[in-house]
Amino acid sequence: MALKLADYKTDVHNDWCPGCGDFGIVNALQMALAEMGIERDKATIFSGIGCSGKTSHFINTYGVHTLHGRVLTFAQGGKLANPEMTVVAVGGDGDGLGIGAGHFVAAGRRNVDMTYIIFDNGVYGLTKGQASPTLKLGEKTKSLPSPNTNYNVNPIGLAVASGFTFVARGYSYDVRHLKDLIVKAVRHKGLSFLDVLQPCPTYNDINTRDWYAGVDLAQESIERHARIYKLEDPHFDPTVHYDDDTEVNEKISQAMIKSLEWGNKIPIGIFYQNELISQYSTRLTDKIPNYLENPPAKQTISENGLPTTDVSAILDSLRV
Amino acid sequence: MGSVDFTWLIGGPQGSGVDSGANVFSKVCAEMGYHIFGKREFYSNIKGEHSYFAVRVSDQEIRSNVNDVTLMASFDAETIFRHFDEVSSGGGIIYDSDLDKITTDEVHTLDNYFKERLHQELESKNKPFTIAGVLEIAKEKGVHLYPVSFREILSNLAEKTENPKLRGLIRMFNVLAVSLSLGLIKMPLDPLLLSIDSIFSKKPQIAEINKQAADFSYDYAKSNFNTFQYSLTGTTKQPDTILVQGHFGTSIGKMVSGCRFQSYYPITPASDESVYLESNELLEIQNDRPGSTIVIQTEDEISAMGMMIGAALTGTRSSTSTSGPGFALMTEALGWAGINEVPIVITLYQRSGPSTGLPTRHGQDDLLFAVNAGHGDFPKIVYASGDIEESFYDTGRCFNYADVYQIPVIHMMDKFLSSSVVTCKRFDPKKISIDRGLLLDKIDGEYRRFAFTEDGISPRSRLGLDNGVFWNTGDESDEFGHITEDPQVRIKMMDKRMSRLDLVIKRVPQEEQVVSFGIYDLTIISWGSTKGPILDALSMLKKEGIDVGFIQIKLIHPFPSEHVKSLLKDAKTIIDIEANHSGQLGKIFKQNVTREIDYFILKYTGRGMTSTEIYDSLKKIVENKANKREVLSHGA
Repeated sequence: MALKLADYKTDVHNDWCPGCGDFGIVNALQMALAEMGIERDKATIFSGIGCSGKTSHFINTYGVHTLHGRVLTFAQGGKLANPEMTVVAVGGDGDGLGIGAGHFVAAGRRNVDMTYIIFDNGVYGLTKGQASPTLKLGEKTKSLPSPNTNYNVNPIGLAVASGFTFVARGYSYDVRHLKDLIVKAVRHKGLSFLDVLQPCPTYNDINTRDWYAGVDLAQESIERHARIYKLEDPHFDPTVHYDDDTEVNEKISQAMIKSLEWGNKIPIGIFYQNELISQYSTRLTDKIPNYLENPPAKQTISENGLPTTDVSAILDSLRV
Repeated sequence: MGSVDFTWLIGGPQGSGVDSGANVFSKVCAEMGYHIFGKREFYSNIKGEHSYFAVRVSDQEIRSNVNDVTLMASFDAETIFRHFDEVSSGGGIIYDSDLDKITTDEVHTLDNYFKERLHQELESKNKPFTIAGVLEIAKEKGVHLYPVSFREILSNLAEKTENPKLRGLIRMFNVLAVSLSLGLIKMPLDPLLLSIDSIFSKKPQIAEINKQAADFSYDYAKSNFNTFQYSLTGTTKQPDTILVQGHFGTSIGKMVSGCRFQSYYPITPASDESVYLESNELLEIQNDRPGSTIVIQTEDEISAMGMMIGAALTGTRSSTSTSGPGFALMTEALGWAGINEVPIVITLYQRSGPSTGLPTRHGQDDLLFAVNAGHGDFPKIVYASGDIEESFYDTGRCFNYADVYQIPVIHMMDKFLSSSVVTCKRFDPKKISIDRGLLLDKIDGEYRRFAFTEDGISPRSRLGLDNGVFWNTGDESDEFGHITEDPQVRIKMMDKRMSRLDLVIKRVPQEEQVVSFGIYDLTIISWGSTKGPILDALSMLKKEGIDVGFIQIKLIHPFPSEHVKSLLKDAKTIIDIEANHSGQLGKIFKQNVTREIDYFILKYTGRGMTSTEIYDSLKKIVENKANKREVLSHGA
């Protein structure tokens, strides 16, 4: 029986603030799962801590709500042990780029075939609005006692530099575009990263929905005023097409430059994609040929309660 | 002990082949039927600092080192300075005669604290601060000295083989030391030659040179030295004996138990286990296609813990191996595994703390930490192995406990075990059973991961199983695994999880909880790697007609209070033996058994206990001459 969008929703009460950008992301994620027709029991949503951490409870697939900053570690362990499963990890920008930044970088180096979505709003919402890693230096959102004293992390740039092989940005109020990005990210062979701009209506009074829509800019111009624009138009080719240093360096450089655009023009869409980098599973099958057919979660380890692993060759080598 | 009880010690700068020398010597002795107990000591250093290996050889079963060294094979000055006084009267020292005039100040790796103590001793005996000085002391004690000019051997060899390059090959000093020893105690040389072949299998030329050197120095010792009273001529070989390194018990145990995922971050002394698992990642499976262990080196221990939990949620038996500092980083996620009832096994190879402590030295410092690890109340099992052979079977038990009770298990090991090399009975995989508890293969109808059941354990789905969708959260949750803050559900969930501790005490067989080696008026309680030295000390006392009891507590959390209480009801004096400062098991014992410890025998120098030390302290207790705290300090 074909699955419908409603099949991916749970009846868990959603306690996000009215108008929260998170709703758009959870909707897009459910729509993407429905569009791809992924069985509910063949997908796991791993989540971090904070408002975004609750996401896994709202989606009717396996859901693992983990620890602050550690979502990528749980998700990679699950995927490596059961590679047949579709794995999506989600979390806030504080979760992934503050406390979890080390795991973010290390995950990029591994390139495990899964998707990581950051709900990027510049604040720690659930602890009442402290500055998070993507808030710009000198900005003062409403509950900060004084302007932010830290320079911001560039999530797109960091992802590209760390080795993520699909790097994109979405906007939580463009749900259809975001859904398309999620589908592409999940279908990507390797580790995909999605930075989703997501206004926090309660604590971030700078990067609001109106601000992204360029309402303030409209007063100065009658031209296009939305800050958000899509990389797809005009044409931007993010894909590494052949395995050559010049090609790779060019695509990385253009992604880095694009990632620095902010202010009056904020790009969304795919910044970088490289499927020529080996996935972690390929690196494993190079030394364990049947890893994908017989991964840890599928292996038989006993028969009638007795172990079936034969270590006699090892024990023979130790014999005296 | 039997007619042969011989300790051979080899020392040298780290990186000079002390380990391989000792491994070869151990192998040769084991091949001749002897029991071996070897111990490695080394600095936190890659090259240059002093390391040594003491190999005890006997025709009887042995489980520990003793204080006395019978033969010391040295090829540098530092080894002589540090160990000359351990060699017993009638024993021998093979040394490089070119070192005679070396002063303590010329050995840069001799630290001032040690030097000061040595100078005091030399001064009091009116000896110069040189190798010749310390050797004189040894000689006066009755130790035989066997001077050999290592350079002369090399140049003779160079001449004989017309290979002038040999002259400068100081890297072969370890081979010279081993072969001189073998010649001196009249052991066959062939096993050494075979080992050289296998070590240098890809460099046949180097193998050849080493073999020539071995041959030459073996003959040299045989023909030049004949005052040594000890010879090891072999004994009846025990069937089914293996020679194992410290981490083989848990690593081979993991393969057999079906552990298929291990994540880890490098740390001494735990990483040897993970590296060994990866080196043997392809597994042969009876009547099935090959299996494999996925070993992942992570970015830190937090990640190792997260990955292991993620893998365990798929139904894979998963594990990590770490030491104190790494375990400290794992504790937040340990609580997550606790509240989500995830079966995981953490193999905790303890070393000396606190903080970085003595990073390459032994300690049983982390018992209280393991028992109390993680914030909040959640159930876990802390289980301790007493020796390498035991650790193989215990690994199987730990995975069963984890699966059956759906809780994290911390398997306590330590540096004493990890850097031992011993002979033991061949591991028998048939003695390991696999019990996955309520892990499901199939689910029909509505499923609740944390369903309330009579005994508090719920049937367990796994990520990816058909119809088995569930949720996990580090928050308190309802039966489905969704967040709840309802006070009544909270009570039921806490009770459900915590009731497991009673279940463990009730269901785990008592012989797996505590092992009794006899109860007498004086009875020892202890845990972990002190087992070997204690048992050897007890048999020394028994020979003198002194009976001392001993219970080895393996299940430390939850603590088997009633069982321990009833075992000890006839014991009048309780002695706690542990390698830590505060007597951590003693504290747990007092809290649970509500009984005072009468004597503590403790060691926290970072060096393992010898049976001699324990024997001496027990003797003092028997003779009523002991302090309440007996603190041991043997070992360089």
